[in-house]
Amino acid sequence: MAELIDEMNLQDKAIGIPPPGCAVFAYYYFDVDMAESAHGRGAAVATGLKRAFPEAIVFTYQGDGDLAAIGVAEIIHAANRGEKITAIFVNNAVYGMTGGQMAPTTLVDQKTTTTPYGRDVALEGYPIKMSEILALIKGAVYIERTAVNSPANIRKTKKAIRKAFQTQIDGLGFSLVEILSPCPVNWRMSPLESWQWIDKEMTKEFPLGVIKDITGKEDAD
Amino acid sequence: MDGNSAIGEAAIRAGCQCYFGYPITPQNELTEYMAAHLSRRRGCSFIQAESEVAAINMVYGASLAGVRTMTSSSSPGISLKQEGISYLAACELPAVIVNMSRGGPGLGSISAAQSDYFQSTRGGGHGDYRTIVLGPSSVQELADLTHHAFDLADKYQIPVIVLGDGMLGQMKEPVEFKHEVPEELPVRSLALRGAKGRPSRFVKTLTSKPIELEELNWSLFRRYQLIKREEIAYETFLIEDAQLIVVAFGIAARIAKGAIKNAQANGLKVGMLRPITLWPFPSEKVQELAQKTKHFLVFEMNMGQMIEDVQLALEGRGEVHFYGRPGGVIPTPSEVFRVVSRLCYQKGLR
Repeated sequence: MAELIDEMNLQDKAIGIPPPGCAVFAYYYFDVDMAESAHGRGAAVATGLKRAFPEAIVFTYQGDGDLAAIGVAEIIHAANRGEKITAIFVNNAVYGMTGGQMAPTTLVDQKTTTTPYGRDVALEGYPIKMSEILALIKGAVYIERTAVNSPANIRKTKKAIRKAFQTQIDGLGFSLVEILSPCPVNWRMSPLESWQWIDKEMTKEFPLGVIKDITGKEDAD
Repeated sequence: MDGNSAIGEAAIRAGCQCYFGYPITPQNELTEYMAAHLSRRRGCSFIQAESEVAAINMVYGASLAGVRTMTSSSSPGISLKQEGISYLAACELPAVIVNMSRGGPGLGSISAAQSDYFQSTRGGGHGDYRTIVLGPSSVQELADLTHHAFDLADKYQIPVIVLGDGMLGQMKEPVEFKHEVPEELPVRSLALRGAKGRPSRFVKTLTSKPIELEELNWSLFRRYQLIKREEIAYETFLIEDAQLIVVAFGIAARIAKGAIKNAQANGLKVGMLRPITLWPFPSEKVQELAQKTKHFLVFEMNMGQMIEDVQLALEGRGEVHFYGRPGGVIPTPSEVFRVVSRLCYQKGLR
């Protein structure tokens, strides 16, 4: 994202909305204007900001609890209005900052601190697929799921974010990139194991690739 | 014009550029007014949000971008907005929030009530903060105080609550708008509009060091002290030689005025103090009145909330009496007159 902000010359017009959680310190990592938001409310805050100042390139940075649990209404309705904002949706199948509780995207049988016997579908339901749900919404014009568990996948992720930003710059509507991301600490794995777990387990539930693209634009490269 | 529409027109004339709301009775005329008159205005935006929670967070976003912005609701919806109001207060962002309150608790009723006094004047959400709270008592004042609310919000960089009620919102009265729609509004200097020609900046309160958050709290506290010194507003009515002072705000004060006129016509020396700023509360004025008058009758359309501010101001001096009707019951002037005359008779005030 930071590379793209430079490459696409967005530094003086990008405004980011980081969430609570591990990612809250994003405002230390990105040299652009940023403002904290309440848990789940990023898409509403981004909506207000973009409506008040349409020249900005506004992005939210949201985890799976933020976007797929407490903030479902905000993200669905921002997409449905076709808000010209970009959501970066980091899915690591767990609540990271609070210490590894079950997320809406936690896999079936996956152990977390609040599913100590594994996620039981009879009690806790199934992992929710936000990108597929959002793809049904007309105002959403570009949705892709990527991962950051290998150099090749990181390159694909960057390409997807470039397209999402370009979608916003072109004023086409709502764009979202879902990024499968490792959380070795809360998964109780080594970094390498967590990379492999994304390939072996997560992508079975959350397949990678373009989920929706009605931008009518060819990929840049 | 009805009160709700008058707020909308006053907001537009105050330069409100972004309104975000969610339908709830008895304030829908305001949302509809903004849909009709703000949504197509150049540079302006209207959204019927998916929830009260989303609406207040859109206000937060628009305020970040430095424009004048407002949301409105009624009691149950205002409860939902408290999270966002706390964030606005924490991040020192100006915004106007209108509460055309109704009977509670819970779903309550759609009839006018004043039971949100505590919620409005004590912060309302989590954390240690206050908002300026204005209590209009006529359609004209709804318009005037809405405009004033935008000025106060910008002056002190804090959220301002306009606390009306369902009756004020629905009733129709002549109203004069004293301002034209401004040609152009300055953008707040601390707005987030991209790091063009300046270093990037961020708006946040989260800190890993309590000592830093404590300093933010104290800096807000100092601003609140300044507001207490500068912005207190109230109206007095027939207080010369009064032996009984009725303290009432908003629509209750309007009802009390009729009762007091009747009492005066019957030879009773009754006056009224009407706080216009509910926070900050005109405590010093209450103390000043207590030097000449011993008896105070607090009249509210709730079970007794503002009475605590009157008692705090008096610190045991004087006698504080109370009459209240909660739940959306609207008392009549003759009912309040009976309460006033009985009290005067019992206490020998004549």
